[in-house]
Amino acid sequence: MEKRAIYSHKLLPYLLLVPQMVVVIVFFYFPASQALYQSFLLEDAFGLHSEFVWFENFEHVLKDPDYWLSFVVTAIFSVAVAGLSLALALLFAVMADGQIRGANAYKTLMIWPYAVAPAVAGVLWLFMFQPSLGILAQIIRDRFGVDWNPLLNGTHAMLLVIMASTWKQISYNFLFFLAGLQSIPRSVIEAAAIDGASATRRFWTIIFPLLSPTAFFLLVVNVTYVFFDTFGIIDTMTGGGPSQATSTLVYKVYNDGRAGSNLGGSAAQSVILMIIVVALTAIQFKYVERKVHY
Amino acid sequence: MFSRRLLLSAAAGIALIASAGAQAQAPIEIQWWHALTGANNDVVVKLSNDFNASQSQYKVVPSYKGSYPDTMNAGIAAFRANNAPHILQVFEVGTATMMGARGAIKPVFDVMKESGEKFDPNAYLPAVAGYYSTSKGEMLSMPFNSSTAIMWYNKDAFKKANLDPNKPPKTWPEVFDYAKKLKAAGYATCGVSNAWGTWLLLEQFSAWHNLPIATKANGMDGFDTELRINSPTHVRLLTDLVALQKDKTYDYSGRTNNGEGRFTSGECPIFMTSSGFFGNVKANAKFDFGMSTLPYYPDVAGAPQNSIIGGASLWVMGGKKADEYKGVAKFFTFLSDTDRQAWLHKESGYLPITKAAYEKVKAEGFYQTNPGRDVPVIQMAGKPPTDNSRGLRLGSLVQIRDMWSEELEAAFAGTKSPKDALDAAVARGNAALRQFERTVTR
Repeated sequence: MEKRAIYSHKLLPYLLLVPQMVVVIVFFYFPASQALYQSFLLEDAFGLHSEFVWFENFEHVLKDPDYWLSFVVTAIFSVAVAGLSLALALLFAVMADGQIRGANAYKTLMIWPYAVAPAVAGVLWLFMFQPSLGILAQIIRDRFGVDWNPLLNGTHAMLLVIMASTWKQISYNFLFFLAGLQSIPRSVIEAAAIDGASATRRFWTIIFPLLSPTAFFLLVVNVTYVFFDTFGIIDTMTGGGPSQATSTLVYKVYNDGRAGSNLGGSAAQSVILMIIVVALTAIQFKYVERKVHY
Repeated sequence: MFSRRLLLSAAAGIALIASAGAQAQAPIEIQWWHALTGANNDVVVKLSNDFNASQSQYKVVPSYKGSYPDTMNAGIAAFRANNAPHILQVFEVGTATMMGARGAIKPVFDVMKESGEKFDPNAYLPAVAGYYSTSKGEMLSMPFNSSTAIMWYNKDAFKKANLDPNKPPKTWPEVFDYAKKLKAAGYATCGVSNAWGTWLLLEQFSAWHNLPIATKANGMDGFDTELRINSPTHVRLLTDLVALQKDKTYDYSGRTNNGEGRFTSGECPIFMTSSGFFGNVKANAKFDFGMSTLPYYPDVAGAPQNSIIGGASLWVMGGKKADEYKGVAKFFTFLSDTDRQAWLHKESGYLPITKAAYEKVKAEGFYQTNPGRDVPVIQMAGKPPTDNSRGLRLGSLVQIRDMWSEELEAAFAGTKSPKDALDAAVARGNAALRQFERTVTR
């Protein structure tokens, strides 16, 4: 007979869930419902007058060409950051997983950037690439003859925020990929090696499929990261500029709400953003997860 | 029994603490949120300490809350959470927003009247006080650090380029000419530049050329105002600058004052920014520098007119206790003291806010021994202000400035023509003005 622990308490599972539910309600459902409510209001900055305007804020936002521009900016930015940080982290993890001298030192150093706050990361990169003071900016200008100017050149500014955001996220991805790699049984890989499979082939036919649950989890996390957490980096480095070259959806939510005191419009944007991220995550679970082998 | 005794002794202890507190009379704390850094932050701390040392009833506690927009937003958020400071420093750009929020603020003339402090609005320089007063002359906020935009130049660089260091360029064509010569003399990455892109190139430029920034006296006469910053003269300046941006004779330095370091480091020999930059230049520039008035186009009728003020004023937030307001009023009287204002002006490069302070500094011969320090005052008060140069009062100006910056950047990057960029700046700004009008006039 199968051995099983049976809990007769009906209430216990719910009690155990309570702490987590409290956290989710306080930090997610409550603010989200506030945003939803706010998105139907037209209100001044101080909250002295407010008027219920139904969908006017949404209408306003969706008719604004700048909003659609920030969709394009966000798409470029998220694909680049998520793609680059996943690919580079995987590369580093595979390398650090091998038998090399000082592997532990590399592993530790790789994790460090994760402890840096986004705004601090932004300032660090800005110092290096600031057109008139940055050391790397001078090298780019003098050695490569490129007129590096993220203050005016939108492409340069975009490259800058992509680099900083990717750098910041590699650590996290690296950690998970490394853990994933170390949980793959050595015997499977050794058997393949004995059968004469090359390193590349071993990677794509054995290691990568076995890593797919980790990769899928990271994809979901990274998409959320680029949509929300990169805000600090963009704010400190470019402030959404030049022109609107680095104004992503989440940055626009902040800028319209805080700088512009347009709380209704900002809330409408965050509701739209919420819907997009929920939809993206649902798509990932429905279609990408099919290719995942647990 | 034991528990009862414990309870009694605890009660006695509490009573003791309470009576001790009553005897010591802890001073009433007045929270002051501000946005000043570096040398100017030291001034804020010194003013608070001096005030606290001068009496024992009140204690002013200054806290730095980030940049100007950050400080203003922190104040607004705190108000919504019923946690606002007593005194909030708000930059001139936020003036209309604060005025529109009559329920959130307590006008300074009310604070002074209710506390019985001696207060004469006519003691303040009209060019400064007018900016923060209603059309009836009621002062709503206390002018604190008022500056205006001026031109800074590097005398050593002028000598290097064989230019007379005592003859700074007066007009835009002269500035362009000087910048080209300076560029040829080795200032390859920047001949002339400026901080606060929109403040210098649109707002100050308009007032200095007696052109409206917006209708209704730049919004001073009503919220139903429309932008006018796409006039042919505005387009002309932007076209000239865009042409010079190509080889960096002019080089754009960003939306805020982050680029000011380009002057003190010696990279940009001509730089336009706030007169409040003085403390910083004095401390950091390793060269001989000069100050001069903003350039103008000599063929524009009425130019130069007068420049408008920038900087910030102190707003008193609503919903506080009467004795706290008394402390605020005492502090404002302390700030307006003639000697203190004269010291502030000499130390920081900000304008004196009272007439008496200005006269005192002048009588001391300060401007003779410190040439150039009177530039901001002369520039501000040289001519009686017109509707175009009295001030600027636009709602959502923080956001509108961002829109303007975005359009200026598009023009400098060459992705839009100067005319298209300014037309877009007007159209987008007007939309934001209409939104603001709807939220305040109900």
